[in-house]
Amino acid sequence: MEDATIEQSTKYKEFILQFLDKFKAGIGLLALVIVMSFLSDRFLTLPNMLNIFRQVSIMGIMAVGMTMVIIAQGIDLSVGSILALSGAVTAGMMAGDTSIVLAVLIGLAVGTGLGLFNGLMISKAKLPDFIVTLAMMSIARGLTLVYTGGRPISGFDPVFRSIGGGRVGRVPIPAIIFAVILVIGYLVLTKTTFGRYIYAVGGNQKAARLAGINTDRIKIMVYAISGLLSAASGVILTSRLNSAQPTAGVAYELDVIAMVVLGGTSLIGGKGSVGGTLIGALIIGVLNNSLNLLGVASFYQEVAKGLVILVAVLLDSLQHRD
Amino acid sequence: MADKLLEMKNISKSFPGVQALSEVDFNVDKGEVHALVGENGAGKSTLMKVLTGIHPDYEKGQIFYKGEEVRFKNPAEAQKAGLAIIHQELELIPELTVAENVFLGREPGRGWINRKKLKADTKKIFEELGIEININKKIKHLTIGKQQMVEIARAISQDAEIIAMDEPTSSLSQQEVKILFALIQDLKEEGIAVIYISHQLEEIFEICDRVTVLRDGYKVKEQAVADINRDEIVRQMVGRDVEDRFPDFKINDGKPIFQVKNLSVPDLITDVSFEVRKGEIFGLAGLMGAGRSEIARAIYGVYKNRSGDIYLEGKKLNIKSPGDAIDRGIYYLTENRKDEGLIPELSVGENMSLSILEQLTIVKSVISKRKEKNLVKEFISKLDIRTPGPWQLVKNLSGGNQQKVILSRVLSTNPKLIIMDEPTRGIDVGAKHEIYKLMEELAAEGVAIIFISSELPEILNLTSRVGVIYDGRLQSIIDGSEVTQEKIMNLATGGSS
Repeated sequence: MEDATIEQSTKYKEFILQFLDKFKAGIGLLALVIVMSFLSDRFLTLPNMLNIFRQVSIMGIMAVGMTMVIIAQGIDLSVGSILALSGAVTAGMMAGDTSIVLAVLIGLAVGTGLGLFNGLMISKAKLPDFIVTLAMMSIARGLTLVYTGGRPISGFDPVFRSIGGGRVGRVPIPAIIFAVILVIGYLVLTKTTFGRYIYAVGGNQKAARLAGINTDRIKIMVYAISGLLSAASGVILTSRLNSAQPTAGVAYELDVIAMVVLGGTSLIGGKGSVGGTLIGALIIGVLNNSLNLLGVASFYQEVAKGLVILVAVLLDSLQHRD
Repeated sequence: MADKLLEMKNISKSFPGVQALSEVDFNVDKGEVHALVGENGAGKSTLMKVLTGIHPDYEKGQIFYKGEEVRFKNPAEAQKAGLAIIHQELELIPELTVAENVFLGREPGRGWINRKKLKADTKKIFEELGIEININKKIKHLTIGKQQMVEIARAISQDAEIIAMDEPTSSLSQQEVKILFALIQDLKEEGIAVIYISHQLEEIFEICDRVTVLRDGYKVKEQAVADINRDEIVRQMVGRDVEDRFPDFKINDGKPIFQVKNLSVPDLITDVSFEVRKGEIFGLAGLMGAGRSEIARAIYGVYKNRSGDIYLEGKKLNIKSPGDAIDRGIYYLTENRKDEGLIPELSVGENMSLSILEQLTIVKSVISKRKEKNLVKEFISKLDIRTPGPWQLVKNLSGGNQQKVILSRVLSTNPKLIIMDEPTRGIDVGAKHEIYKLMEELAAEGVAIIFISSELPEILNLTSRVGVIYDGRLQSIIDGSEVTQEKIMNLATGGSS
């Protein structure tokens, strides 16, 4: 009798622990929102919420690509520089009277191409992902400066400007694009063979290869997708600012990786989800927004953000320590 | 009455969904070699992990060590008290030398390492143990057997009084096993107790004093080795009689279905040619590192610089990758289940379906959950895989069941030729028997099998012909009617038949 109740209670305990484990990022976000709604009455309003969504959408789109890269046991440090170059090329094309559609497509192609190059270097030339994308971070940034001559390219057609600045009803267009990419990312990872292979490659690359998976192809595609999504963010940012800045996206890779990791995707690979990344993106977004509303100086904001990331990862590792 | 060194009483430990240990008692006396046996998943490793502080959170029971109750919170604490465990996968640092590994974390000197003393102390330990070894060599340059000696030396240097060895002989040559056994004998004489975990029951009769049998998390019996025989232990382990340990097998004279000609990979294998018949189990024997697995991998498209021709059903195949091989009907089951087989963070089902996922789709590239589920259920019941559910993470299963998951992955592709590399390594008697039976059934269906194994009895009893590999070359192919253990060993060590 007594044994049965003990067993029962440990089962409940396990269930609750598993539940907490699965949704801890969400719980953290919820706690943050509740605390903030007491601290500031401007926080929990529809305009502010939409504002947060708009703010996180640019990095959030990149984080979807980064989620795939990290699940495949990789890392992409070049996303911020690819964003800048793609944005600049798109802007430059439009300044040279190329049509908006073609200019955007060329911008996206540049990002995809650079991602493809990353993937080829990592899978075929077998160079470390960290080094390859670090080099690409420098190369793409340098190319941006060369292409722009170090000066912003500004002033675009209103149609183009609506990509980053427009709204459908009250919802900002970047947030809609982010939502669509999230859904696509979720479907790809959970419903397709390609998505399954990403988990397999990240979980155990040797085993995946012996099981017949073309692991090189999976890795190349993942980096190409990351490049494409970085370019998409570059286009949106350029549109929103009505200007392509040569220094756009500096240090974005850190926030993007933070979003992914806060969302519970493991840097060891093989594990993670786009849903988690959405939560991670919102945590970063709410945090930035809150610190602004509370009037915290921007220098301190950086410190606070770093601490939150540290605490989140610390909690995670404490929990999983054997 | 001998001195009780260790007493584990009523130990219970559960994991989500599994009761791993149920009120298990386990005792070790000073200076004895105590065997701990049981099928995979019987609870041997868990019991050792409870003992050495890896699982300090066992729900019930007490541990008495040297008469005092203890509950080690982590392996370091257990080690300090004199309990060392040598895992199946050795835990040495390949880039450091022997001496640096033996005293890792306890280097003599303050701040600076006193290298002179480090070397002298290491030398002394190996001298006492009577082992010849170059203490300045890096671990990665040593054989597995020598590495194990380093692990034992490390345990001794920490004044271990109990050393638990988990499958210590699984990767050793016969010569190395002999040296290990002599060493265990020495340890015994010095009053050190050894807990010996092994699936090789013959070894237990050779060196152990007592044996404790576990089954499904319960202790079945503890007994003196002198009072028991092999069959009795097997019966206790599986809870039933396992009679013919190998199924009968007829000599195969079917048509050749698979051929390799002049297969070579620089530095690994040279000019290997053989054929396998439809429905035949063809054995590949040889010592560790002779090139058996390399031949398999060369066929499977792992090496870019392979030369030679491969034919299946009379057609010449151009295999550039494992994916190509699988498409053509060839599948290689790796010897290295953990590093090259399993994808630990995926479920049982996801691990199974991996190789034919493209066929389990609604439209191209979109997985049909229904088709996948049907496949997974079919194999779980067909191979009698014990899992709490099809979507349980594969890492939570026992070794034998994990092997069956990988086998399901192999069989799901309907291969015409399967290369099985040590398919029964580290697996309990019951599961081994099931795998033998499965091989027999596959052969009867006309599948050709290349069977690589270090266990000669397996090879002798299952195959119709045996190719012996030495130094990357196929020395000779022996016909089933003429094959003996001596003949294989002679060829495998470079002799001519």
